[in-house]
Amino acid sequence: MTALTLGRPTGRPTHVPATNAPGTGVIYAWDISIGVDGPGTRFVVFTSGCSLRCVFCDNPESWLRSGGHTVTVAEVMAELARYERFIAVAGGGLTLTGGEALSQPDFVADLMQAAKERGIHTALDTSGYLGDDASDDLLRDVDLVLLDIKSWDPETYHRVTKRELAPTLRFARRLADLGRPTWLRFVLVPGWTDSPANVDGVAAFAAGLGNIERVDVLPFHRMAIGKYQALGITYPTADVEPPSPELVQRVQDQFRGHGLVTY
Amino acid sequence: MMTSTQLSDPPLGASTQNTRLPPDPWRGFTGHQWRDTVDVRDFIQATCTPYTGGADFLRGATARTTALWARLTAMFPREREHGVYDIDVTTPSTITSHAPGYIDADLEIIVGLQTDAPLRRAMFPNGGWRVVEASLAAYGREPDPAVREIFTKYRKTHNDGVFDAYTPRVKAARHSHLITGLPDAYGRGRIIGDYRRVALYGVDRLVAAKRAERAALDALPVSEDLIRDREELAEQIRALADLVEMAASYGFDVTRPAATATEAVQWLYFAYLAATKDQNGAAMSLGRTSTFLDVYLQREIAEGTLDETAAQELIDDLVIKLRIIRFLRSPEYDALFSGDPTWVTESLGGIGEDGRPLVTRTSFRFLQTLYNLGPAPEPNLTVLWSPALPEGFKRFCAQVSIDSSSIQYENDDLMRPAWGDDTAIACCVSPMRVGKQMQFFGARANLAKTLLYAINGGRDEITGAVVAPGFEAVTGDVLDYDDVVARLVAMMTWLVETYVEALVTIHYMHDKYAYERLEMALHDYAPQRTLAAGIAGLSVAADSLSAIRDAEVTVIRDDTGLVVDYRIDGEYPAYGNHDDRADGIARWLVETFMAKLATQPTYRGAVHTQSVLTITSNVVYGKNTGNTPDGRRAGAPFAPGANPMNGRDRHGIVASALSVASLPFDSAADGISLTSTVTPNGLGHHHEERVSHLVGVLDGYTDAGGFHMNVNVLDRATLVAAMEHPEDYPSLTIRVSGYAVNFVRLTREQQLDVISRTFHGSL
Repeated sequence: MTALTLGRPTGRPTHVPATNAPGTGVIYAWDISIGVDGPGTRFVVFTSGCSLRCVFCDNPESWLRSGGHTVTVAEVMAELARYERFIAVAGGGLTLTGGEALSQPDFVADLMQAAKERGIHTALDTSGYLGDDASDDLLRDVDLVLLDIKSWDPETYHRVTKRELAPTLRFARRLADLGRPTWLRFVLVPGWTDSPANVDGVAAFAAGLGNIERVDVLPFHRMAIGKYQALGITYPTADVEPPSPELVQRVQDQFRGHGLVTY
Repeated sequence: MMTSTQLSDPPLGASTQNTRLPPDPWRGFTGHQWRDTVDVRDFIQATCTPYTGGADFLRGATARTTALWARLTAMFPREREHGVYDIDVTTPSTITSHAPGYIDADLEIIVGLQTDAPLRRAMFPNGGWRVVEASLAAYGREPDPAVREIFTKYRKTHNDGVFDAYTPRVKAARHSHLITGLPDAYGRGRIIGDYRRVALYGVDRLVAAKRAERAALDALPVSEDLIRDREELAEQIRALADLVEMAASYGFDVTRPAATATEAVQWLYFAYLAATKDQNGAAMSLGRTSTFLDVYLQREIAEGTLDETAAQELIDDLVIKLRIIRFLRSPEYDALFSGDPTWVTESLGGIGEDGRPLVTRTSFRFLQTLYNLGPAPEPNLTVLWSPALPEGFKRFCAQVSIDSSSIQYENDDLMRPAWGDDTAIACCVSPMRVGKQMQFFGARANLAKTLLYAINGGRDEITGAVVAPGFEAVTGDVLDYDDVVARLVAMMTWLVETYVEALVTIHYMHDKYAYERLEMALHDYAPQRTLAAGIAGLSVAADSLSAIRDAEVTVIRDDTGLVVDYRIDGEYPAYGNHDDRADGIARWLVETFMAKLATQPTYRGAVHTQSVLTITSNVVYGKNTGNTPDGRRAGAPFAPGANPMNGRDRHGIVASALSVASLPFDSAADGISLTSTVTPNGLGHHHEERVSHLVGVLDGYTDAGGFHMNVNVLDRATLVAAMEHPEDYPSLTIRVSGYAVNFVRLTREQQLDVISRTFHGSL
């Protein structure tokens, strides 16, 4: 269950890194969250642009770069500075998410470096699909990676995300090799990602890495339905019921069965 | 389970009841100053033992506690259904008016009820006879004709006095709902007797101290003020005698100090109970009693005569009594403050001036009642928060918030430097030094409506009537920021003059006709007084000004030229996003209103202050206010207290809280209220994490200078379900701007308001 038997090419993703002007990035929102984007109170930056098209995506407004606006690293840091004291007292840090943050690797690298220079805890929330674009230097400035593995079965992964699984697994192993603390996130979508074998595959892989500090099982919900309606796009999982507590429990127990701290 | 000093025979009178001598009441206590003068703070400083551990020592409810509480919970459905359980329509309440009452004498450890039966409400006609009649009529009851004759023919009330002296402009501002909720027809409340004094010193000693205060006054040359003070001291001494008589009717001698833990709780409760029989103040707060009582409980635990289960049982029994404090309220009052609140506020925790925490095991025991008896709005448990509190206490508070949504937090680090470490909260957010300070409560003025009056030149936007004469309306179609601000400043001046005139009139008459004789007997002579105004609609006013400045706001007039609506073109920054463009306007409004208040006359030397607090009245204020330039529709509720408008705070609980924290406490030292509702998942994935994160948020908010925070941890779905099936959620408690309320006892409008309010959750 642990070997990579993908049976398909595992080349670079068909993706060209965004061409931002130096020291700038494209984001569509920032927010302050508690307890959902890494430990404590987080200043969360949502970048625009994503290569994946996950059927359960919460943030369809994040798919296209054109949906965001250009900001400088200095501007983001200035906004963050207004919360720095609160975050220092309450505990927390900076989280970059998207979209896919690594679609703008230079921007991520600059922001992470700037935050580290100020002693702020940093987290990167990513699907890992563009992990090859993250330099070792960038990853050294990331205190915690929130890695979303959407599925273990490559067919399922492709059905769910419209992309290949292999780059994500490659990135996961690289994080393990670099010893980067990582939280695994698994979105539980009934009928899509919930098969016992699929869950078990992710769990076994994660357990073998050695750097997975915890697993968050994220139950699918349909709160984004209004966003899809507003954008006039089809919501593929509009009819999917959120998982039952029993199903959530079963999946959590599967991860725990592999010795992983799971919530 | 009767206590040893309680007799089952009819009361024999205070001095003859005991067959054995009580033990030395002060045995084992250290310190000196408190022995020589009435000084409870010094007693606490000298004797209390801070507790820095966790909650693992706590015990659950005993079978006795559960059985006693079940007696009452069986009565609550009928009370909920009819609004009241029972009313005594023949005997107006005084300290000694009613024979002793019991829930179940065999089960009670702590005794005493406001009337002769639980949940039986009494009339308090001194505040206003009309209100008593209206309240009775609302429940289909008639007063005893003799009582009616007394209070309509022979005895004038506070309400009558106020309306004799009100001026036309006060009546107009009141009638148009520019100023609402004034305590001109009900007891003003927000006065905390130092009920601890009765336990520590016994009434005889307190009477002696009052006589000494009076003797000092007798030596001074006569003046009108002095005559009033002398008469009040005489009333205070008489009220203390009434307290002794009331306690004796239950078989207890409170002339002497409490000698045991049970007596300390009983004496303290008798003192509080007497206050609630003497006055139906809007807020009848308890003070800061837990750490005081802890000294007695821990002494007896050390002596081996009390164990943790029995200590908890005493606190549970006290809290049961505090949960059934009841007053007869009018329908108008209920519309403002629904859910039958009494604001039996108890302040827990805090840090001493010497840096030691004032957290004791009994601070935990009070919170534990929310588990032992289930969640409930009263007593209004209020944690005086500081990042320096012991971690174990902070975590337990956060846990209780997550489990019950029943507690509120106030910034101890802001209060301690201003009023010292024996400060307690009256009502929701009003800090005062216990026994040394009192407030002349002044409800609030509608700041959003004031802005509309500025635009309409003093005409009411709903009726078209001229309420504030002598002002010109705006002339152009597009509102100009500087022009509107100038008009607003002028209108605020008129409002503040009218408002303070009303407050001075009210408190003059309240002192004259409905003086709080027992509560004031438990204060030092000549306490510090504040004259506390308040503002409602802060976020509506701030957002409206922001829209006028940063978007384009065009007025829409009716055919009489009255501006009745606004068209908004473009975007504007809203208050509540930690954005100084809008938050700065809110700060300016608070500072400007306070600066104007401070120039006004006062009464009895009271210092002007204000709060930004609405409780549930934000719904009624909104109902009485037309369309506003921020886009809010006529009749829509305001945000409560200092909250950002519903849904306009788009960056989560922290940005929202920091906006509120940026309001200047110096200009609103009577409290700034924030109600936050967060979903469980909005705090973290699992329990321990949620506790840690809530502690972090409270630390961060306090550190940023935030004054008050209500914390609700709830799912919207739970509230919707409770609205549809109230019978399934009898004890669902939520915090609303300064107090907790049973959700199912809110009006439907208020329920919808709570549900529509911003939930900070994760998607």
